[in-house]
Order: sequence, then C-alpha cells, then structure tokens
Amino acid sequence: MIGPLLLVPTLAGIAAFAIQADWLRRTLLLMTAIVHTGMTAATWGVAPAPMFGGWLLLDAPGRLVLSITSVLFLAAALYTLGYLRHESQAARTDFEEGLLFANAPEASFTASLLLFLAAMTLVSCSYHFGLLWVAIEATTLASAPLIYFHRHHRSLEATWKYLLICSVGIALALLGNFFLAVAATNSEGSAVPLVLSELVQHAAQLHEAWLKAAFLLFLVGYGTKMGLAPLHTWLPDAHSEAPSVVSALLSGALLNCAFLGIIRAQQVSAAAGQAAFGQDLLTGFGLLSMAFAAVFILGQTDYKRLLAYSSVEHMGILALGVGLGGSGPFGAMLHAVNHSLTKAMLFLVAGNILTVYQSKSTTEVQGVLHVLPLSGLLWVAGFLAITGSPPFGPFLSEFTILKAALDQGRNGVAVAYLVLLAVVFVGMATAMLRMAQGAPVHGGQRMTVRKEPVLSVIPAVALGLLVLILGLYLPPALRQTIHEAAQVLK
Amino acid sequence: MNVWIDTILIVLVLGNFLLLGSSRLAACIRVVAVQGVLLGVLTLLTHEEGVTVRILLLALVSTGVKGVVFPWLLTRALREANVRHEIEPYVGYNLSILVGTVALGVSLGLSARLPLPTQPLSSLIVPVALFSILVGLLVIVSRKKALTQVLGYLVLENGIYAFGVGLVQRAPVVVELGVLLDVFVAVFVMGIAIFHINREFDHIDTDRLATLRDWVS
Repeated sequence: MIGPLLLVPTLAGIAAFAIQADWLRRTLLLMTAIVHTGMTAATWGVAPAPMFGGWLLLDAPGRLVLSITSVLFLAAALYTLGYLRHESQAARTDFEEGLLFANAPEASFTASLLLFLAAMTLVSCSYHFGLLWVAIEATTLASAPLIYFHRHHRSLEATWKYLLICSVGIALALLGNFFLAVAATNSEGSAVPLVLSELVQHAAQLHEAWLKAAFLLFLVGYGTKMGLAPLHTWLPDAHSEAPSVVSALLSGALLNCAFLGIIRAQQVSAAAGQAAFGQDLLTGFGLLSMAFAAVFILGQTDYKRLLAYSSVEHMGILALGVGLGGSGPFGAMLHAVNHSLTKAMLFLVAGNILTVYQSKSTTEVQGVLHVLPLSGLLWVAGFLAITGSPPFGPFLSEFTILKAALDQGRNGVAVAYLVLLAVVFVGMATAMLRMAQGAPVHGGQRMTVRKEPVLSVIPAVALGLLVLILGLYLPPALRQTIHEAAQVLK
Repeated sequence: MNVWIDTILIVLVLGNFLLLGSSRLAACIRVVAVQGVLLGVLTLLTHEEGVTVRILLLALVSTGVKGVVFPWLLTRALREANVRHEIEPYVGYNLSILVGTVALGVSLGLSARLPLPTQPLSSLIVPVALFSILVGLLVIVSRKKALTQVLGYLVLENGIYAFGVGLVQRAPVVVELGVLLDVFVAVFVMGIAIFHINREFDHIDTDRLATLRDWVS
C-alpha cells in the first residue's frame, strides 16, 4: 500500500504539468485526493507491509500525520476547484498596493500541489533518517512555487525567505544525520544503519555526546521548518502571502511533517536513555514559541498573519506536550490532529473573507456575520476552537497537556502555559470577533449579503464538523493510534 | 593518499577565505565550482580501499552538479541580473576575513574536543567541514545579493558533504544521491527566484526585500 500511496500523487503531479485542458487537470487533482484519502483510510484497517528492507514503514505517528495530510488535502483540493475557477489568468490589480500582477500558470500550481502531497506522504512513511531528510527538503521545494502563485513582489519576498531559511535550517538537520551516523559507529568501525527500528533496538550502543549533538541539530533544523521560535521568521510571511488554500496546507499538514522529524529524533534519544535531554529542550522551545506568538498576536492587524502566529503558538504547544512526558505526548499528538483541522478550516474561511473584502486588515473587515453568514459563523466557531474553548477538540488536547504539566509537578510550566493561552485568547478575540461583528461597511459602502460558492464553504464546514465531533467524542480507533504514537516516545 | 586528502582540504580552506574577501561575484562562483570538483575527488580518495561503481557514480554526479551545473546556472543568473560586484555587504571584507579566521580557530578547537569513534583518514576533515559550515552561514547573513546568499548555502552544503564523505563511510548511495537531487532542485528553484527578483525589482539585493513585517515603523 505504501507504493501506491507514493506513486499516485507523484505520477499525477508529473502528468499535471503536461495536461493542457483545465477541466482534466482539475479532475485529476480531485481524483488523486480522493484516491489518496481512500488508500490512507485503508491503512487503518490493514497495516501496510514495510518496503525496501524497512526503509519505508508506516507506524502509528506516521499514520497519524499521513491521515491529517490526506484529509486536509482532500478538503484543499475541493476548495482549489472553486478557487481556480474564480482566479483569472489575466493580469489584475493588487488590492494592497494597486500594482498589476498575474498568477503563475495553473498547470504548475496543480502539479506542485500534487508533488507536495507526494513529498509529505514520503515524510510520513520514511523510516530511514536520510530518506526522511530528503523527503522534508522535498516538501520545501514543492511548496515554494505554491507560495509564489500570485506573482508580485510581496509573495516573491515571502518565497525567497521561505526557501533560504528553511533550506539552511534543513541543511543543519543533514549535519544532524551525519552526527547520528558517527554516534552509531563503534570503535571497530562497524555501524548501526540509520533505520529507525535498528537505531531504537541498538540504542544502548550509540555514542552519548554525538547523539546529543545530533538531536540538537535535528531540533534546530526541523524546528525551523516546524516554526518553533526564534526560527519561525519565514512562517508569517509565507502564510500571509500564499493563496489561502496553500496556507491551510502549510499550517495544517506541512508543520506536522517537520514535527514528525523531531519526534523521530526524540524516539532515538529516548531509546538511548536520554529522553530528559530532549524533553527539557522541547519544553523550553515550546514555551518560547508560545511567548513569541503571544507578543505578535496582540495588536496584529493582518488576519492571515494572525493565523500564522497562532500556528507558531500551537507548534509550541506540541513541543511542550512532547517535552513534558507522562500524558503530554498523548496530548500533543491529539493536539496535532485538532490544530490541523481547525487551522486549515480557519485559513479556508480567511480565503473566503479575503475574496469578498479584498483586504487582509483586521480593522477594515467588519460584519462578516452579515455579509457571509456561513463563513462568519465558521470564523467565530474557529476562533473558539483554536483558542481552546469547549466543546471543540483543541480544548481536550490543551487540557490534557495542562494535566500532564500538573501531574509532573511542573507548576511553573503550567502557570506559564495558562497565562500565554489567556494572552493569545485576548489577542485573537479582539481581532477575530471585531471582524465577525459590527456593521457590514467596507470602504464607506454598506455591503449586502453575498452568496457563498458551495465549493468554498463545504470543505470548511466539513473540517469544522470534524473539530466539533473530536471535542465531543474521540473514536476508539483514533484514541488507540494516538496512544500508540505517544508510546513510541517512552 | 593522505597527502592528497590534506591538500584538498587546505585548498577548501583557502577557497573559503577567497570567498570571504572577494567582492567579484564571478570569482566567487568559480571558487565554489572548484570546491565542488575537489569534493568529488575527495569522495574517490576517501574510498581508497576499493572504488565501487556506486562510489564512482556518486563522485561523478556530485562533481557534475557542483562543478559544472551550478556554476553554469549561477553565471547565467549573474548575466541576466547584470551585476558584477557585491556592493556594501553588511559585514565588510576585511572584517569578514577576520571573523573567518576566528571561525577557523573555533573549528579547530571544537574538533579537538570531539572524540571520534574511529580514526578518520585525515585529522583535518572535521575542522575543515565545520569551518566551511560556519563560513557558509556567515556569507548568508552578511551579504545582500541573493546570488551570494545562494553561494553561501552551497559552501554550507559543501562543508556538510565533506563531513559526510570524510567520516561516514557507509552512507547508502541512494540517500547521498537523494540529498544531491534535493540540493540541485533547491539551487534550481533559487535560481528561478533570483531571475524573478531581478525582473520584479531590477536588482537582486535582498535587503530591499523588506515589505513583509509585523509593525510598520
């Protein structure tokens, strides 16, 4: 099953470059997304056989990341169909600065989307550290053209920062790979191969200092990609300038892939009896990311940047959860699911708002509830969900992480966590609720109720429902998988 | 054979200093190209016990990509952008060389403290690799031209590669090739981005890529 999972999006991506007819290419995108989700669902029933001598293997954390990616991609593909239909290929005026710009060719956009899916699939089932690196770097390269879809100087700036910062960050993770290889070499010159299962099995033989150094490099390298502060600087720019559907995939799917890279490193550390070293670092980076995000969320006037900083905050929560240990990793994995679904939904809704209001400013957009009733409702629900209010999914996972902190006797961490969550709540409430309410006036003119295209709301509604369901009921199969995923860090 | 390895490593160090001290972009590209070729040779020398087809393939691809394709790509970008010099870097050339010297000292000191599980073919491999990595990072943060930043990325990559071939004897070739492919595509995509930056702004100075920020001052 791993073979088809990788091959289908890759081949579809290559084909998309060549296909001339728009309708055929769009159908291919949707069909690939459906087939991919179907195959991913099948891996929940029967575990797929490992390939290439254990280099490709889908374990619980991998299956979790793969499933999130696949579901989000399906939602994104549906949304993209509507999006591409309304995006004209001709040059048009930019609403922020009034300059003329055109879009990148649709063929290369669709192809990049599909190759991006293929790269993320490879991340989720890579069991060899070298291969994992290759896959994560491939996600950067496949997604860079997506950020530069609107061809103007702001998106170009965002793309350049993204490419350079992430490539340099990930180059450090490559050095981490080599350090790990040195750690796995004994004095006779024989080495444990960099396959995760082998490393975990022979963890006792690993050289301690080199392993620690390798973990640090992995944390810095993949942490850059994941958006952990202070290495997150590419993230708000890329998320604010990319088309909203791409932002949804970057935030919801890509960041988890980088998180998986860090989990793999921590898995080896934990097996080698150095869990505490990684946990302390992750706790520190987690709280730091939350603090950075909180500062930038307060007073943020661009709602796509606001959502991007919220992603930094939630990546901090994931790192914190893994760092705390105990029931923390369970909370972190659950939170990865909840955050991805919620954030993807919010970015899709942000795209709907942007289309109608033609502004990314939180002060210029008012009365979304009046103008776009359904999107407005989703925006408010999404606000409640992302800030961890009941009855939505993120409440449960954030609560689990709080409980983990208290169980471990880390009262200082728990207090800092709660204070930062409260600050973020206030910051996001100010901006997002003001947008939803108020008089539907824009640019001095009263706005009437707009019809919302079906394809732009269906994916968001579906994701929103999933978030709500996960808050009320956690299916046993999912609970079991998350439990297994958390278990690998023990 | 060790003499040759040491010679190559010393030439790498000299190349790094040349890169730090030169404002001529064409010369910088040539330095990085020569480094790429030398790393290809280093790949062969470190496997003196028997050059297999896989090692030969790796060395050839690596030399081809780093010694021929990248320089060609970057020279083209240079011609398109019509720039010759790195003007007014954030850190001046003399200071860059000074910082480079300190970085060399740090690398030597650091590698003296790192206990290696096996004796490497040359004791210079670790310090030179670390030095290249530091120089790459320095070039990326201290230069303004997008093209020079790509060169910095390549030097950083070269350092990591040197560390890999010097110390990790049994890295699977498939992975090495995958890494090379990624770096190749990265530079390719960056080259396209430089082309667009040049068309959009009429220059390739990244310090003027500063529209995106949180608080307008």
